[in-house]
This record gives sequence, structure tokens and C-alpha cells, in this order.
Amino acid sequence: MIVVTQLPFVGTLVISFMRWNALDPGNRGFGGLSNYTAAFEDPTLRSSIETTVLLTATVVLVSLLLGLVLALLLDRRFRGRGIVRTMLITPFLVVPAASALLWKHAIYNASYGLLNGTLTWLWSLFGSAHAPQPDWLSTTPLLAVEASLIWQWTPFMMLILLAGLQSRPMDVVEAARVDGASTWQVFRYLTFPHLRRYLELASLLGSIYVVQNFDAVFTLTSGGLGTANLPYAVYRTFYQGHDYGQASAEGVLVVICTILLATFALRTVSSLLREES
Amino acid sequence: MTAATATTRASARRNGALLGLLAWFCGVLFFLPFAWMVLTSLHSESAAATNPPSVGAGLTLQGYREFFGAGTGVSPWPPLINSLTASVASTLLVLLLSIPAAYALSIRPVRKWTDVMFFFLSTRMLPAVAGLLPIYLIAQNAGMLDNIWLLVILYTSMNLPIAVWMMRSFLAEVPKEILEAASIDGAGLPTVLLRIVAPVAMPGIAATALISFIFSWNELLFARVLTGVVAGTAPVFLTGFVTSQGLFLAKVCAAAVCISVPVLVAGFAAQDKLVQGLSLGAVK
Repeated sequence: MIVVTQLPFVGTLVISFMRWNALDPGNRGFGGLSNYTAAFEDPTLRSSIETTVLLTATVVLVSLLLGLVLALLLDRRFRGRGIVRTMLITPFLVVPAASALLWKHAIYNASYGLLNGTLTWLWSLFGSAHAPQPDWLSTTPLLAVEASLIWQWTPFMMLILLAGLQSRPMDVVEAARVDGASTWQVFRYLTFPHLRRYLELASLLGSIYVVQNFDAVFTLTSGGLGTANLPYAVYRTFYQGHDYGQASAEGVLVVICTILLATFALRTVSSLLREES
Repeated sequence: MTAATATTRASARRNGALLGLLAWFCGVLFFLPFAWMVLTSLHSESAAATNPPSVGAGLTLQGYREFFGAGTGVSPWPPLINSLTASVASTLLVLLLSIPAAYALSIRPVRKWTDVMFFFLSTRMLPAVAGLLPIYLIAQNAGMLDNIWLLVILYTSMNLPIAVWMMRSFLAEVPKEILEAASIDGAGLPTVLLRIVAPVAMPGIAATALISFIFSWNELLFARVLTGVVAGTAPVFLTGFVTSQGLFLAKVCAAAVCISVPVLVAGFAAQDKLVQGLSLGAVK
């Protein structure tokens, strides 16, 4: 277990202190902190750190909020609930690479995508032939990536929160209702405290996966126009630049960022375990 | 008083119907992009790329025929078989390794088991890119590049921590009395695992297997960097589809649908288990 999961990182750590570019094999050796200073002085890397933080925070928060609303809606009895739930989890099950292609070509495409097609259709209803046809991926690249990721991750949040809602002790809710509590009061003082650990679990798992997102950035924009996140930046230095030392230094930075996130997340999970034992 | 109650009931029913309608609206909204992908895949190339979109004009299976190699000579079967091999083999390995580990951690708690659990979860938090380069170099030296078994090993180690977490919470629900009774009757560890733990924990095992399968089937980064011509998986094939032959919208959509089908079928069939699995078994 340790060998498989931790050894590669030790390798990364070692290589990060070396001068090692596959295109320049003669010049290999100990480089000290040069890779790190280069990484910190690289404005594109700095911007990719900002992008990672912004992308992860936006996607996790918005999909958490949407997921909560959807979970509350689905927690009620209504006709066809099973069908609606099935429709809602579909985005999570579509292969990420496929969903990235879907958004890029079938939805965002400026000349025949669904968004602009709908605009044309709407405008033609009112007799106008000049509907606005924005090129979504170049005018609002980061928003476009975020929207596709929110579409993909909202179902995940919804599923976890729905599980939380359905594990709520109903007798307490009934008792509160009999005592004349309003819907809002029931939510604020009973449902929400119960949901808290599910909200934390959902945001923890969501962050772990979204912070590492590669498929959407790679496919939708190829990291252009300020959408390159850290995983994509490392991929580019490694795969296109062949600068192994530099890529490793960047990888170490990714780990440091994730550790910050993980410390917070682990504290949350530890409260889950304590409750249990 | 009764009249007032009746009015509240009526308005409550009206609210309920409205909320149901809102749920339907959201469901359709989230399903729409996928439905659009399926619909586009059923169009001819010229009908697929129109503005405003044509709905249902000249439906054809041409996109699917071309995806399966008709007229292009590019067969999707090798990457699909690679994906299947990597996902199924790594899922089996994950189960084989995580069940005994989770058993040790839940039923016969070893000392400091919470620390062990944290260690497991922390390994999953290490971003994949941070290990990419050493793995690439090790694979290169071992002659394992472009070899599907390398992905099997990697996917197993990637999914193992989450699997142990999930399995532990599922196994913790196995009643201790039965286990004690069995060991008094002289059953050894393998017998206990196979005869008692496995049947009781079956839903949990299914959920773990499902999630491990989904994550392996969907993985793109490692597959892209570490495989090439021989061992490329379905997602790699899909991203290469666009660049190598220009854009054929209907065909790309057909390919995306086909590659998503195994996960969609598994996910739809096991919705409840998926929920349990995703919440790491936190739902009782």
C-alpha cells in the first residue's frame, strides 16, 4: 500500500530538485531550488493556481447549493419521482471525457451548438433573423468550464444529501409539526443540523475530485484563455515541455495546495468517525 | 376552524403539486444535454450541424455504424476491450484486497484503527498529477508503457483507499454475535469471510464494485499519458476521435453515447447502492 501510493510522490520530490529535461539529456543533475524559483516566477503557473482555487470553489459551492435544492425537492412524494431521480443522476454517469466533448461541440459551438441554436430559434419566433451568436468558449471560457462541471457534479451532491435527508428521524419532525413549527423552522432547526455532516462529506469528496479535474479543462479549452488549472499545467510542462524537474516541482506545489484542503477535510471526517465510535 | 383547516390543506396540496412540477422541470433540464447528445447521434452529419437545431429530421444510425468502423476502418473494439480489462480486473483486485483489510478494521479492530483509516483516505487526496512523472519513468524502465496491466495496477491502487473506507462501514453492520457463534463452532477465517460476511455485506460489496468500476472506466489522465497505440482505453479513443478525423458531430455523439453506456446501465440499475456507496456507507 505504502509502496504503491507514496513512493511515486517521493520520486516526484527527488526529481523536483533536479535539472532534468528530456529534450536536453546531457544537462542532468542536482539543481537545488531552481525549479521552485522558476515555478514561482512563472506567471502562467501563478494564474493556474488562482484558476484552480476559483474553479474548485465555484463548482463545489454552486453544485452543493443546487444539489441541496434538488434533494429537498426529491425528498417529497410526487408522481414520477423515480423517473426524475434517474434523469437527475444521468450527468454524473456520463463518462467525463464524453460530457466534455458534448459540451464543447454539441452545446457551446458557436455555429451549430444547442445554446446558439436555441437563441436563433427564439429570435425567429419574434421574426428577427439576427439572434446574438456568442462564442461561449472564447468569450466566457472559465464560466463555460464551470457550467459543464456543475452539471456533472450537482447530481453527486444531490445523491449524498438525499441520502442524508432520508436518514433523518421522522418522528422528531412529526412532533415538531404537531407543536406548530413552520416548514422553515423544521428545516432550520432539525433538517439542517442533521444534514450538516452530509454537506461536509459531500463538499470534501467533491473538492478532492474537482481540484484534480483534468478532462474538462483538457477537452473544452485545452487550458487556453486562463482556464488552465494546476493538473493541466503540470500535464503541459511534463507532456509538452518534457521538463521533468519543473513538472515535479509544480506537482509538489499541487500537493501542498491539496494538503491545505485535506487538513480541513480530515478534521471534518474525524468528527464523523468519533460520532460512530 | 374546520373551514380554515380545509383551506390550509388545499393550499398545501397546491404547493405540493407546484413543487412536484418544479422537480420535474429540474429533472428535464439536467437530462436535456444528455438527451441532446443522443438525439444528435441519431442524425445525419448535415442534419446534426444546423442552426437552429433540427429535431428529429431524418433519423439514421449512420453515426453508430461509423463508430463501429463502417467506412472508416477504425475499430472501437480494442479500446473498449482495454477499458473493460482495466476496469473489471482492477475492480476484482480492489475487492480481493479491500474486503480482508476492511474486515480487519471493522470486525476485529486493530489498534489505532482511526489513524489507519485516515492514512487510507489521505492517500486518495494526493493529486494524481503529483505521481504522474515517477510512474511514467518507472513504467518506462520496466518496459510497461502502453501496457494495459500497468493501468490495472494503478487503478487498483487509486480505488483501494475509497473501497476500504466504504467496505469498513458496510462490514461494521455485520452482527458480531453471528461471527462469535461461527468461530465457536470452529470456522476458520476464510469460511467466516465467505459464508457469513460476504452474504450479509453483499449490497456493500456491490456498491464498492460499482464505484470502483465507474472511476476506472472514466479515468483519462493516466490512460492518456501512459498508453499509446496498443493499450489506449475508451476515453482516450474518444478524445482522439475528434482530432484525428476532423469533427463529425453525429459520429462523436454516437461514440460518446456508446462509451457511456456501460456506466449508465450499471448506475441506473443500482441507484440505491450508488447512493450508499457515495456517502461512504454513512447512511444506515
